Amino acid sequence: MNLRRIGTSLIAPAIGLLISMAVTALILSVIGASVSTVFSSMWTYGTSPRAMSLMVNLATIYFLSALAVSIGFKMNLFNIGVNGQYVLGALAAAVVASNLTFPKVASVSIAILAAMIVGALWAGIAAWLKVARGVSEVISTIMLNFIAIGIISYIIVRTGIGTETSLNVRGTKPIPESGMLRGLAFIDPGTPIYGFFFISIVIGIGYWFLLNRTRFGFDLRATGKSASAARTSGVQSNRMIYLTMLLSGAVAGLVGLPYLLGDTGTYSLQFPTDWGFTGIAIALLGRNNPIGIALGAILWAFLDISSGQLILEGVPREISTIMQGLIVIVVVISYEIVRRYQVKSEQTSVAKALAKQEASV
Amino acid sequence: MTYLKSSRFLGAAFTAITMLSITRTITGNGDLTSTVTIAQALVFASPIALAGLAGIWAERAGVINIGLEGMMILGTFGAGWAGWQWGVWAGVLAGVVFGAIGGLLLAVAAVTFGVDQIIAGTAINLLALGLTKFLAIVLFTDAPGGGQAQSPPIKGDIPTFTINSIVEPLTALHEKGIFFISDLAGLFAGLFYHLSLLTILTFLLFVITSYLLWKTAFGLRLRSAGENPWAADSLGVKVVQFKYAAVVFSGMLAGLGGAYLSIASTIYRNGNTAGRGFIGLATMIFGNWRPGGTAAGSLMFGYIDTLRLIDTGNQNVKGLILLGAIILFAIGGVMLRKAKRNSAIGFLLLGAVMIGAYFSATSFPPEVAQVAPYITTLLVLATASQNLRPPAADGVPYRKGDHH
Repeated sequence: MNLRRIGTSLIAPAIGLLISMAVTALILSVIGASVSTVFSSMWTYGTSPRAMSLMVNLATIYFLSALAVSIGFKMNLFNIGVNGQYVLGALAAAVVASNLTFPKVASVSIAILAAMIVGALWAGIAAWLKVARGVSEVISTIMLNFIAIGIISYIIVRTGIGTETSLNVRGTKPIPESGMLRGLAFIDPGTPIYGFFFISIVIGIGYWFLLNRTRFGFDLRATGKSASAARTSGVQSNRMIYLTMLLSGAVAGLVGLPYLLGDTGTYSLQFPTDWGFTGIAIALLGRNNPIGIALGAILWAFLDISSGQLILEGVPREISTIMQGLIVIVVVISYEIVRRYQVKSEQTSVAKALAKQEASV
Repeated sequence: MTYLKSSRFLGAAFTAITMLSITRTITGNGDLTSTVTIAQALVFASPIALAGLAGIWAERAGVINIGLEGMMILGTFGAGWAGWQWGVWAGVLAGVVFGAIGGLLLAVAAVTFGVDQIIAGTAINLLALGLTKFLAIVLFTDAPGGGQAQSPPIKGDIPTFTINSIVEPLTALHEKGIFFISDLAGLFAGLFYHLSLLTILTFLLFVITSYLLWKTAFGLRLRSAGENPWAADSLGVKVVQFKYAAVVFSGMLAGLGGAYLSIASTIYRNGNTAGRGFIGLATMIFGNWRPGGTAAGSLMFGYIDTLRLIDTGNQNVKGLILLGAIILFAIGGVMLRKAKRNSAIGFLLLGAVMIGAYFSATSFPPEVAQVAPYITTLLVLATASQNLRPPAADGVPYRKGDHH
């Protein structure tokens, strides 16, 4: 039974991957590139130690982002605002950590706390708007994303918090080495794996535990399945909206930290701002399951990193973005087809069983 | 009924101009209502308005279209790609066609397969972004005047109209600085200054939409697919066909909006939409899923954007702050009269904060104006969401025969 469920949940992504590879091959041959060279170059570079390290690091970021999105998804809340929550969270962490000269554990913990609080507060605005004013979180979080970007550019460009960083871009004061979490170089000697990799594994386990082994998780999933049924059984839906959004925002606040504490040490205007959208896609691929999300994050990061040297073959690396988009759209469609097939086969088997019973009576 | 509507419209326009005029008089900043400002605001507002209109078509048929951004991106690309080779009108056409393809994809995923519409839309945004970036490199890198992230210049221009016999005397009147009259003159002259044919087309599309969706049997059927598709189906409406038509047309409108953007900046450029698809979506909600309110919302975005970008003396944003305060006070007053005390206090407080900001600072950074439209949208949604009513079956996957 369980094996069969795992089997059917793997069919959809497999179909998605195959179809997207087929379409990609088609596009490549249309532009006159050699399909086999491109795929083999992606595989060869993608499995090199350096690329693998980069991939794990990027997947860590994607994993956190998708986790934040899926906490909301579980309750039918669309937190499209992970972008805004994590940029503000990362900025807060950068500002706090750059002013601390505590031992590493203390400094990093405080930075994490700052990021989570700011992320949660930013998401809390959307929760308040939904609960108190009836505003859909889809649209409010999109607006909050734009507002967050504006706030950040104001803070960095116009206030004393921003300074000229070494790269000639404005950013926050660099975090002292004692506040960084650079990690260990155990795959490739030149490319350390972010320390946050391990933290995010812990968070993933915590997510699984919270959702599947606690009262809160049960209420959350129940509300997601049927809000009215959950309300009838005594779940306070408004409280659940607040808690879910705050939790989602708190995790979202962490998304920028692997990169901030493991690499740049400063929040500059060049800090990536669209990892939140990637998180949505990966949460969809992973069906809100922590292991599924981890696999999705690795696949996504693999496509991102392995395409890095395609330009040597004369093919733009954006081919990987096309593959990612195709995978998502084909996978969500095939999940739906598989689901319909399951429902239908269940119905037929129930009907058969009933017919048998009737015949024997 | 029609009389009532038009008198309400005139009343709203009158109030808006009065507030603008008060602000302009206090700040002494003629830019706020000048011919050029209004003309430019129309250029900025039109693509957003088209995206909003696209949202209306899809959502009135019950399909949430978060993929507007992606369809718009496809439109910007289509216009750049066809525009530099075969001229500007080919660009418009290609923008519309590319947008329609995006719409078709959403229809296949959301209508035929019943995939969650927000998920399908997000996937389309992603796909459109990757595809256009990829194709830009493949197609534009070696093209003369093109680059990895931008197309060569689009050939030719969309005709624009300037009626000098109206613009010149009215602009002169505007410069006199008479209360209300001069501002009205500036606003009016702006409508006839470098007015693009595409802007006129946008306006016509709004009029046509209002008529088609609310005054014809076709529109009633389409909207019934968004309100109660099962009931509509039982009455013989071909719900799936209507949804398809609406979503594909939605894609066409979004694509046209994208084409407008590319043509206005004479090239396709990566990231040129800058989230305008999402903003269009916001104006649609702002406008209660109706063309009039959506148009008003887009004009607000266009107007604020213009003032921010032409802010030479760093004074426009300050004017906007004062304008915002006056509007908040006015709403607060209305709320008081309607005996909604809590909301009234909220608005008056916000207004007071803005007045305080206005008098305490000599100038404001452009970032304030950058976020102003989004905050305004949130404020509108927060205060009006009880009065806003999306189509009843908006976002609900429909399968013929599924009972509900």
